[in-house]
Amino acid sequence: MFDAREDALAGARQHANWSPYDNNGGTVLAVAGESYVICAGDTRMSSGYNILTRKFEKIDKMSGKTLMASAGFAADAVTLKKTLKARCKQYEFQNKREIGCVAFAQMLSNTLYYRRFFPYYAFNIVAGLDAEGKGAVFTYDAVGSYERTNYSCQGSGQALIMPVLDNQLKTVSPLVLPAASSATPLSEQEAIDLIKDCFATAAERDIYTGDSVELWIMNAEGVRKEEMALRAD
Amino acid sequence: MGDRGFNFSRKLNQSLDLGAATKTGTTICGVVFEAGVILGADTRSTNGETVADKDCEKIHYIAPNIYCCGAGTAADTESVTGLISSNLLLHRKQTDRPSAVKSALTLLKTTLFRHQGHIGAALVLGGVDSDGSHLFTVYPHGSSDALPYAAMGSGSLAAMATLETGYHEEMSLDAAKNLVTRAILSGVMNDLGSGSNVDLCVITRDSVQYLRNDTSNMHRTFRISSKFDDRQEAVIDYSHCGTATRVLHAN
Repeated sequence: MFDAREDALAGARQHANWSPYDNNGGTVLAVAGESYVICAGDTRMSSGYNILTRKFEKIDKMSGKTLMASAGFAADAVTLKKTLKARCKQYEFQNKREIGCVAFAQMLSNTLYYRRFFPYYAFNIVAGLDAEGKGAVFTYDAVGSYERTNYSCQGSGQALIMPVLDNQLKTVSPLVLPAASSATPLSEQEAIDLIKDCFATAAERDIYTGDSVELWIMNAEGVRKEEMALRAD
Repeated sequence: MGDRGFNFSRKLNQSLDLGAATKTGTTICGVVFEAGVILGADTRSTNGETVADKDCEKIHYIAPNIYCCGAGTAADTESVTGLISSNLLLHRKQTDRPSAVKSALTLLKTTLFRHQGHIGAALVLGGVDSDGSHLFTVYPHGSSDALPYAAMGSGSLAAMATLETGYHEEMSLDAAKNLVTRAILSGVMNDLGSGSNVDLCVITRDSVQYLRNDTSNMHRTFRISSKFDDRQEAVIDYSHCGTATRVLHAN
């Protein structure tokens, strides 16, 4: 009647259904200008049909000139940022200066690829000002493939927003020779308005984007934050 | 296995996979009050993680004195309520009497049971007939409950929490409308499958009020400024792109 093997099998069956990953949704976006960079993300964190919190900040300042935004699995994103912040501090002690955004971008790629066969399930964007003070955006997949671009969008609203950014911001590829400026021609205020409009639109159609959007604006004067309400339903 | 006749070897082992029909997250509910029944529904229709329709109708007509909220597979709730509505109309023409709510219930649950859960319709059925006010929930496999207040759909936990807190017997019209609206709104705000507006349907012995978008929630939080729009108009040069797409800046 009481079969220990049956119990063990039931336990094994349960474990087979368990996943270490979840998708907590959310959308992040960044736009680089000639002398500024804007990094934005919504603040909803959800799981399935539930909202876990309406005030989860997906963007972090990693060093003086570097911002990082992540969508996907929040637990992995938080852990990844914690590890990277520690490595930024190590870099500072070893090199007697803060890490630049280009070096940070490479470090993130290495950190992601280190976990090639048990990845951080996070979709990241790095935004910052490069050595010349120009806006820079780096966009990643979960295992560390990355590319410098002038705008990018990741997360649950990506399919809704990216085509609009392509349409409004597409400029010369940074890889084309002779080198031309790859930064968007929009002014800072125009870019802010475009981003707000993108998020308001995504919130209309993507159930995982909403509640509010935070915008981090970085230029020669420093970093400032703006926030705007989004649909809460 | 012989070389003649039908070969069932593939068929017998197959379990029917009906694939990915559009299942919609929903909040629907109903309350019996002193003068009749009130039904409520949200208006969001989802397809996976995207919103397919921001203002769809989930309260379906069954008979002049009977309405039905639908949750689950959109096509199934529409077709099964339409079918039963037609059958009741024919029945009324034969008997020359108003339909009874239990007739609608019986037709719905026998149809659903016959299809063994493959018709994915979860319903809240409400109406007033010669026996008084009635409210039922009907599950996809054909079981049903008669209740004084009910909720269904992915937002049913949120809605039921509000109903359990606010319901009492013999509620007035205004109190009952307010309770149903608050129950749907808690689904709208806390369940990602539900959203947008609140539709109500108030059924009493001598009247029916279908209150489409009784609470409207369609405001947008931001739209790019008109000044910016004017500037866009000035910069547009369609000659090079050959489409009607507006661009902020030509390269």
